[in-house]
Amino acid sequence: MSITVKIPTQLRAVTSGEAETDVEQASTVGEVLDGLYDRYDGLRERIAEDGGLRRFVNVYVQGEDIRFLDGLDTTVEDGDEVTILPAVAGG
Amino acid sequence: MEDGRCRVEALECKECRARYALEARFVCDNCFGPLEVVYDFSGLDAAETRRKIQAGPQSIWRYVDFLPFERQPQTALAAGMTPLIRADRLAERLGIGEVWIKNDAANPTHSFKDRVVTVAMAKARELGYEVVACASTGNLANSVAAHAAAAGLESYVFIPADLEEQKVLATGVYGTHLVAVNGSYDDVNRLCTELSFERDWAFVNVNVRPYYSEGSKTLGYEIAEQLGWELPDRVVVPIASGSLFTKIARGFEEWLEVGLIEGEVPVMNGAQADGCSPVARAFADDKPVCKPVRPDTIAKSLAIGDPADGPYALELARRTGGTIDAVSDEEIRQGIKLLAETTGVFTETAGGVTTAVLKRLAERGDIGPEERVVAVITGEGLKTLDAVRGSFETYEIEPRVSSFTETVEGSPVAA
Repeated sequence: MSITVKIPTQLRAVTSGEAETDVEQASTVGEVLDGLYDRYDGLRERIAEDGGLRRFVNVYVQGEDIRFLDGLDTTVEDGDEVTILPAVAGG
Repeated sequence: MEDGRCRVEALECKECRARYALEARFVCDNCFGPLEVVYDFSGLDAAETRRKIQAGPQSIWRYVDFLPFERQPQTALAAGMTPLIRADRLAERLGIGEVWIKNDAANPTHSFKDRVVTVAMAKARELGYEVVACASTGNLANSVAAHAAAAGLESYVFIPADLEEQKVLATGVYGTHLVAVNGSYDDVNRLCTELSFERDWAFVNVNVRPYYSEGSKTLGYEIAEQLGWELPDRVVVPIASGSLFTKIARGFEEWLEVGLIEGEVPVMNGAQADGCSPVARAFADDKPVCKPVRPDTIAKSLAIGDPADGPYALELARRTGGTIDAVSDEEIRQGIKLLAETTGVFTETAGGVTTAVLKRLAERGDIGPEERVVAVITGEGLKTLDAVRGSFETYEIEPRVSSFTETVEGSPVAA
């Protein structure tokens, strides 16, 4: 069981420059993020607040915005790709 | 400032106020909030600034003191100084006092996007980029391709594959790398955001977005200048990402701060299509943020399901006593016809949305009898011809006078 997480440039300062990482043992997006928070100091404060995500943080599973799925409770499967992106682009 | 200019100070996070150098950066590292250019206007004298603007070029560069440059850049295709038309026949049809149409279809590639692209492209060159790119619902695609061609820069333009043919053709002709993505605009935007991490390109509405969006302020400046250095009472603006809507108001606020105009920020009314109305829905539900939607509307230029500036658009509408309304595709078609028949301005679907919302506001009694209203028409009708196809009859006759009199003058419509 392994989930690939893609890290945006803006967070690479806290991931020692890593653009991609794997998380084992997670069945939801929330658990994937918890795995990352344990691994990287300073990550939680940057993207999370009040138990949820900050309002300018988007998370996708297999390219689908989790707000169209079950949010942080969205289930993930072996081999899935989770992408964290800033929300302020476009228009 | 000794030289009587304003100073472009920094990029600042709209959420936590952290400051950053003026580089290609659009997101706060601390909280992911959007970055915005901040200025020090304390060195500007109002009278002197007004004279300088009036003596300036017939383009957005007359407002260079309010744009993120130390000196006026050289640009091959300038934008702005589009007509502000008094629309008495439209006002009469709507039963209101005074309406003006700001016709931004009169830009080099026929939409307001030339304003933002002019600024973004100039900044991209200043920062040393040789390739520019964008995620677009169509109008931006036209503009980036054209301005890049004029400046001699290589460009990549990403569009949703189901875009109107006119917008596709009016992009490809400029010799860009045109990339049609099988997905919605929001998919295109996500792809471009990911690509911006890996490519050393200026994505005008991603990594140089803080500069790009500054270009929209010039619509506010022009409206005020063209009204004789006065503010309107109300402005109706279409909303896709919400950037144009919020930046027009920012333009008014800056001029109030400098003392170029007096009064208060107008009532700001946002306009969306029912088929893509995340901001209108959040407004109606009294929510501070938007829930994303999957767009399904003929107003493709406004089809952004996840609007980046949604929270700020909501805040602005509420703060100024405005609203954010949404109208049906049928109302959009009727809006296009209403504007065309009363003003001679043929707009694309986004302008149909704006005109239909203006009509809604008038019918609802939101607009007072003494109000001066400006409707911002952002694009050209020739780009969305399907919206008017089949909306009128054409007489078909033989080249004979008798055929004309029988078929045309004898028809019930002519009588």
